[in-house]
Amino acid sequence: MTEILDILVSAAFWTAVLRIATPYVLGTLGELLCERAGVLNLGIEGIMTLGAMAGWMAVYQGADLWTGVVFAAGCGALLGLLHALLTVPLGLSQHVTGIGVTLLGTSLSYYVYRLVLPQASTPPTVTPFQPLDLPGALAQTPLTYLALALVVLVAYVLYRTPVGLAVRLVGENPAAAEAQGLNVTALRIGAVMAGSALMALAGAFLTLSAFNAFFFNMVNGRGWICVALVVFASWRPGKALLGALLFAVFDALQLRLQQVAGGVLPYQVFLMMPYLLSILALVLVARRASYPRALMVPYRKGER
Amino acid sequence: MRLEPRTDTPLAVRLLAPLGAVLAALALCALLVAWTGAPVLRAYGLLIEGAVGSRFALTETLTRATPLILTGLAAAVAFRAKLWNIGAEGQLYMGALAAVVLGGGMLDLPAWLLMPVVLLAGMAAGGVTLLGPAVLKVRFGVDEVVTTLLLNFVVLLFVSMLLEGALKDPMGMGWPQSAPVDPAAELPKLVERTRLHAGLAIALGLSLLLWLIDTRTIWGYENRAVGANPRAAAFAGMPVTRVMLRTALLSGGLAGLAGAAEVCGLKGYLTLDLSPGFGYSGIVVAMLAQLHPLGVVGAALFIAGIFVGADAMSRAMPVPNYIADVLVATSLLCMLVAGLLARYRLRRG
Repeated sequence: MTEILDILVSAAFWTAVLRIATPYVLGTLGELLCERAGVLNLGIEGIMTLGAMAGWMAVYQGADLWTGVVFAAGCGALLGLLHALLTVPLGLSQHVTGIGVTLLGTSLSYYVYRLVLPQASTPPTVTPFQPLDLPGALAQTPLTYLALALVVLVAYVLYRTPVGLAVRLVGENPAAAEAQGLNVTALRIGAVMAGSALMALAGAFLTLSAFNAFFFNMVNGRGWICVALVVFASWRPGKALLGALLFAVFDALQLRLQQVAGGVLPYQVFLMMPYLLSILALVLVARRASYPRALMVPYRKGER
Repeated sequence: MRLEPRTDTPLAVRLLAPLGAVLAALALCALLVAWTGAPVLRAYGLLIEGAVGSRFALTETLTRATPLILTGLAAAVAFRAKLWNIGAEGQLYMGALAAVVLGGGMLDLPAWLLMPVVLLAGMAAGGVTLLGPAVLKVRFGVDEVVTTLLLNFVVLLFVSMLLEGALKDPMGMGWPQSAPVDPAAELPKLVERTRLHAGLAIALGLSLLLWLIDTRTIWGYENRAVGANPRAAAFAGMPVTRVMLRTALLSGGLAGLAGAAEVCGLKGYLTLDLSPGFGYSGIVVAMLAQLHPLGVVGAALFIAGIFVGADAMSRAMPVPNYIADVLVATSLLCMLVAGLLARYRLRRG
């Protein structure tokens, strides 16, 4: 018990928490944006993988770090556009399309990586973002601060601007939005593209900030955890940040406990925790979850 | 331009849809092959040759198709009832786990009984794995997509834990692998000196059986009704919850059987690379088959051919064999569009 307390009061622990939370914050924010507009985006796992690969590859080919980040976001938005075109104007099943987008994003990333680096047995590295030395703050890389700023921005846009109101409206009642003269299709496509760009940023954080190389299976279910976190956060950006932080606290804690109690329990037990916690979180909030009313309901003009 | 539902879809359109989708996918991926500088037609030629060009290639494709038929059926059965089981990968590993535990000398059964018992245990393990998310869905309204996806990771870690602990083969030179199953639990080979095993016969038999159940029994009728409209099915007095749980057991069971059959028919023991994503490819198989149990066989053969052929092609050309995964993913997305075009027609205005 004292060991846990020792861990909880150390600055290094909270630095780790913020670092671990960053991809979850970005991914959850992206998924939230899509779902608020009424589109479930299960492409998240593949979009994160593509973002991780594209951002890293751009930097590896000589671009500077921020260009890599922008490139990753652009690739994510493009894959998001594919998901949006299939699910919004064509109204295809959002579940199956999302799985398809994930399979495509993942396999395309691996294909391109292998194509450019056919024989890389040890993954080549780039120089990643360095922690900023801000006075009075926990040393974090710029992308973490960007993620925190994006939470505020997304919350502001969703709740304080006309376009945010429009996005929420098409997610709740597209027919009413149409009657107001809003273009449901365009709004949904735009929201999915923006959300997917954020997901790709989460991936780019992994290769350009948390690590310095691209590995196969590196996203490792983080995307699916983000989908669970959105439900846990009741589709609210502030709560999404809270959920991601809470989740990162548990994750950082299990990493430390693994070092302390590693001899007693197999390490796999600790690695299972994030996934089991996500399932638990879903069960806890499922009863009172208030889904966006039009989530997963395709909208076709004049069709009931 | 707008979409207008067709009143009925001619059989020719339903059959042409997957064909068109596959051709579109091949055309799109030709761009990726061309990017490597390799001649596209020759690459596809090598792919086809590697998949069906020789007796060896053919048996390899059939061997690879065996688990894909089973995971494809698992997805088809579940999706028909609108149970979004994306956890076939995990259920497959649970089935394989049950097979190595019970087939590894734990049961003292006569030889003729051991193999069926082991396979049934694999089914049971897979079914129970999906029962959890299904119960959470019907009792608490927890979305099964996310829970089944997350369980895949939990199961893999669980298997990894056992393979490095209780189940580790003492003769395995330190590798994380289980002890081999009893030879009596092994499935017989279908063709001598190849890897093709009786699992294929089981998979084919099951797809026929499921088709008969689907079209000729009240069970199948209830499944389809619940999938089409659960509210209407409930008003008609159908036990929607029970149908859901029954479907979960069946779907998970089919995926579990895929794992058990891979262990008993092909590998003989369990490692963490037993399945190169058979569970996820099963979803593509089911969609290409338009969720039809007999169509699953054809779709599984196609996907298996892509994987086996791409391996052969990438040995002869500088095209990474991940092209197979890209082709499979692209086929799925093209099939979704083709399925839509089969159900709707484009109208001007």
